[in-house]
Amino acid sequence: MSSALILGAYIFILAILLGFEVISRVPSMLHTPLMSGTNAIHGVVLVGAILVALQADNVVTDILAFFAVFLGSLNVFGGFVVTDRMLQMFRSRSGRKE
Amino acid sequence: MTTAIGLTYLVAAVFFIFGLRQLSSPVTARVGNRVAALGMTLALIATLLMPTTGYAYHARNYIIIAVGIVLGASAGALSALKVKMTAMPQMVAIFNGMGGGAAALVSTLELVHVTGGTILPPGGQGATIMLGSAIGSISFAGSIVAFAKLQELVPGNAIRVPGQQVIVGLILAALVAVGVMCVVVTPSYLLFGVLIVLALAVGLALVVPIGGADMPVVISLMNSLTGLAAALTGFVLSNELLIVSGALVGASGTLLTQLMAKAMNRPLTNVLFGAFGAAPAGEAAGPTAAGGTVRQISVDDAAVLMSYANQVIVVPGYGLAVAQAQHTVREMADLLEQKGVSVKYAIHPVAGRMPGHMNVLLAEADVPYSQLFDMDQINGEFAHSDVALVVGANDVTNPAARNDPSSPIYGMPILNVDHAKQIIVLKRSMRPGFAGIDNPLYLDPKTAMLFGDAKDSLTRLVSALKTA
Repeated sequence: MSSALILGAYIFILAILLGFEVISRVPSMLHTPLMSGTNAIHGVVLVGAILVALQADNVVTDILAFFAVFLGSLNVFGGFVVTDRMLQMFRSRSGRKE
Repeated sequence: MTTAIGLTYLVAAVFFIFGLRQLSSPVTARVGNRVAALGMTLALIATLLMPTTGYAYHARNYIIIAVGIVLGASAGALSALKVKMTAMPQMVAIFNGMGGGAAALVSTLELVHVTGGTILPPGGQGATIMLGSAIGSISFAGSIVAFAKLQELVPGNAIRVPGQQVIVGLILAALVAVGVMCVVVTPSYLLFGVLIVLALAVGLALVVPIGGADMPVVISLMNSLTGLAAALTGFVLSNELLIVSGALVGASGTLLTQLMAKAMNRPLTNVLFGAFGAAPAGEAAGPTAAGGTVRQISVDDAAVLMSYANQVIVVPGYGLAVAQAQHTVREMADLLEQKGVSVKYAIHPVAGRMPGHMNVLLAEADVPYSQLFDMDQINGEFAHSDVALVVGANDVTNPAARNDPSSPIYGMPILNVDHAKQIIVLKRSMRPGFAGIDNPLYLDPKTAMLFGDAKDSLTRLVSALKTA
């Protein structure tokens, strides 16, 4: 196992523990927005899509790379916008009603 | 990777973590989402500034990337802006599927080496690639099915095939076998193609049999799978930001999945393989055969009953959401309050189609926080409430979950609607809910049914209340 892989494994495990810790105290009414928010965050795979797209050097990889970037962008932009819309409603309620 | 880009990734990861933390509290949730979005923006800008001098066609590749981002971003943002609040769950499902697909494609592209198009030799790198593409593909197929079911493009109910576990198990075993082959020998494109097809088949076979009521749990599970697939692409690309963010989502998604399954009082394996809604006809017919008749009530009688009540507890369910009746129900509640009736909303943890979904819908209609009560807070209050008004909720009010050990939903925590002095149920027809089982509540002598579309019935109730 290369040291890069071991370092990666460390980061992976620590992030998993952190993931459990960070969201373990969420009220149930925030479960849907939270799912939607985490959904947007894994859209970070778009970063990976861009990195592989930069290396594409033939028609097949071009097409695959295009779809990777396209799908990743859908995930990121759609995900954050839809989460914001959900949360906007939580705010407006306390704002407009006493 | 230059130092500046590496540090920007670190900042982005910190933003994701803080964003997630803020998303866990109602006051800071919206800020949290924006903090995460800001982190994402930083990460994307840094990635686009990555030095590309070693790559053969970088000018052309930037065009591909730009077109992909512009099309994906506009399609994603527009559909997210246009989607109705009731269609939120399937929107999350489809975005999640897209992420899974992207992760699978990234892994696939890494399989083909940058130079010469030779396929990667086996080993640790190969294993991560196989896992990443397989998990991404499972999530892609599973999320698309979840979307299609919730959008009612395909029948949403549970589809039971005899030996479903065996079928899923066999496909999964084949998937693992092909995956191992891809890792121990240098894979061919054909073998890799078989791997992807099998992974898609696992996604399909896993989700197709599951009914609409369980879909939130499935979407949450697929969400964590996509997170895992994203983390695996991070290993492949030696990109720490992908590892951290993917693992964060994988962990939080798993936790959320467990919380949802727990709210339904069913272990996750039972959700995945014990599809209810497919109970044999003989069992389902039980309560009806046991006797009892359905009593109907007129709109005017229902209005009078409620206006002279001390307290009315509204139990909103999915039927309210599909009928877009959240504004009408608030109008009705306002009228009742003007008449001095106390109005409370009882929110079951899985009301609507996702935990918290009903809160979002009622918030949209400006229902004040102070009137919303969780199951545990409100269950004791039904006994001293004159009227429980059930609007399009079904399974979460089914007393069989409490007192009929033979019922498939026995043990699921429910709202004790049947403890109220009178129960009015707004419902389209006597058709069973998502779980596909009969509800003895409707045969209770205290229960009166008001058939029709939830919004239509509520509108008529509102006008009846105005004249009453």
